Amino acid sequence: MVQSSHTVTAFEEDMKFLAHKIAEMGGLAERMVENAIRALIKSDLQLAQKTIADDAQLDEAQALLDEKVVLIIAQRQPMASDLREVFSTIRIAADLERVGDLAKNIAKRVVAISERGHSVNLARGIEHLGDLALAQMKEVLDAFGSRSVTRINMIRDRDDEIDAMYTSLFRELLTYMMEDPRNITTCTHLLFCAKNIERIGDHATNIAESVYYIVTGKHLAADRPKEDKTHRIVIGEADG
Amino acid sequence: MKIQSAETSAGAPALDEMPNRPTKMKGRNVNVFYGAKQALYAIDLDIYKNQVTALIGPSGCGKSTFLRCLNRMNDTIDICQVTGDIRLDGEDIYGPNIDVVELRARVGMVFQKPNPFPKSIYENVAYGPRIHGLVKGKADMDALVERSLRNAALWEEAKDRLHEAGTGLSGGQQQRLCIARAIAVSPEVILMDEPCSALDPIATAKVEELIDELRENYTIVIVTHSMQQAARVSQRTAMFHLGELVEVGDTKTIFTNPSEKRTQDYITGRYG
Repeated sequence: MVQSSHTVTAFEEDMKFLAHKIAEMGGLAERMVENAIRALIKSDLQLAQKTIADDAQLDEAQALLDEKVVLIIAQRQPMASDLREVFSTIRIAADLERVGDLAKNIAKRVVAISERGHSVNLARGIEHLGDLALAQMKEVLDAFGSRSVTRINMIRDRDDEIDAMYTSLFRELLTYMMEDPRNITTCTHLLFCAKNIERIGDHATNIAESVYYIVTGKHLAADRPKEDKTHRIVIGEADG
Repeated sequence: MKIQSAETSAGAPALDEMPNRPTKMKGRNVNVFYGAKQALYAIDLDIYKNQVTALIGPSGCGKSTFLRCLNRMNDTIDICQVTGDIRLDGEDIYGPNIDVVELRARVGMVFQKPNPFPKSIYENVAYGPRIHGLVKGKADMDALVERSLRNAALWEEAKDRLHEAGTGLSGGQQQRLCIARAIAVSPEVILMDEPCSALDPIATAKVEELIDELRENYTIVIVTHSMQQAARVSQRTAMFHLGELVEVGDTKTIFTNPSEKRTQDYITGRYG
């Protein structure tokens, strides 16, 4: 449905502000994830510190958006597509804020991990997982920007790839820990990093679902097999 | 002089038949002319029993005109001509055997501005039942007046001043008195033409609460300019524009995900 402008220009400005702010938050969250992973791979403590500090901006942006949304609801009582947009803005902002938290958590672990060093192989696994999650973030933010749902299903399907990759990384880290107990500290931190990246993928999927709702007014079927399968992994299995 | 637009020529809006719902009133191919000017174009609309149907649309879209067809209020306008078919429980209300006075008792009406008779509160309610010969004896009439005022959520406020002038009530109370007056003659359908537009938010809330209660026993059609009110009180919403029925459907869907662009534009404040 092609949208014409609101009769009340201030309302039009309000809605533009929401979309603009979400795009801004999205860009920041994406950059934080990218920096956190790079800091981890390269043991770059300075970049890790910057990532941790950047999170405050994201929190601030979310608080501002929440406030604006409450005001818009009170003043404009949005309906139909506006209502869906306003409602989804709150959800997407919350997802992006969580993505920032997860990136920050990865950055925090860089210090502990860099002290002990880590094998290139392990870093490569995390890097690859991070690339997948970042590609997802980029896709959903593009989908939000263009209000396009053509790639939404693909985005959802690709989250399975992240989940599978995460599961295999989990096994791998477990193996290193059993090989040499001195690896346990590093591997545990890396495991949390991997889990955080996997969660970032889930938030990207949430955002994809919100975009779908904004555009179509319908909810995507929830039957997507979305699962962290690591809860079934036992040591004997990983050993073998 | 039918207006042809891309949307209408693609087919009239689909009637969302709800087979499980008994239909109380049924309008088919309803056209209304004020002299040479056509105000409604081939409206097909069902009003379901014990539901609130909201008619929305910009000023001059024909929603009030359609409402007034449902109890033949348009008959009072000389130049107004109605064609098509409107049925109440399957009976053609424009048929030759219809007594219009009786029809308007079955299909009552509440107007935009509260218009109590310049009589006592009691008489405002008793007047209709008396002229229709619905009750015999004072005790029965007292009971009917009390019941009607109770159903209109006005009894507690009015019981000690029944013989004071109805016009001495506040605006919101007057509107509820008009609703009491409408339901005193045991109508089946109540038509409301912007019943809250002259009321403050508290009085509006009381009338809306009342509408929700009345739905149990009556079928209600309400014309409103307040999108929020339509969304709050109705189960079905019909959107009119330039004398056409643009879209009708489940209120929930209309206000969250309408299918027609004209509906979308109107309810989001994009209609110029």
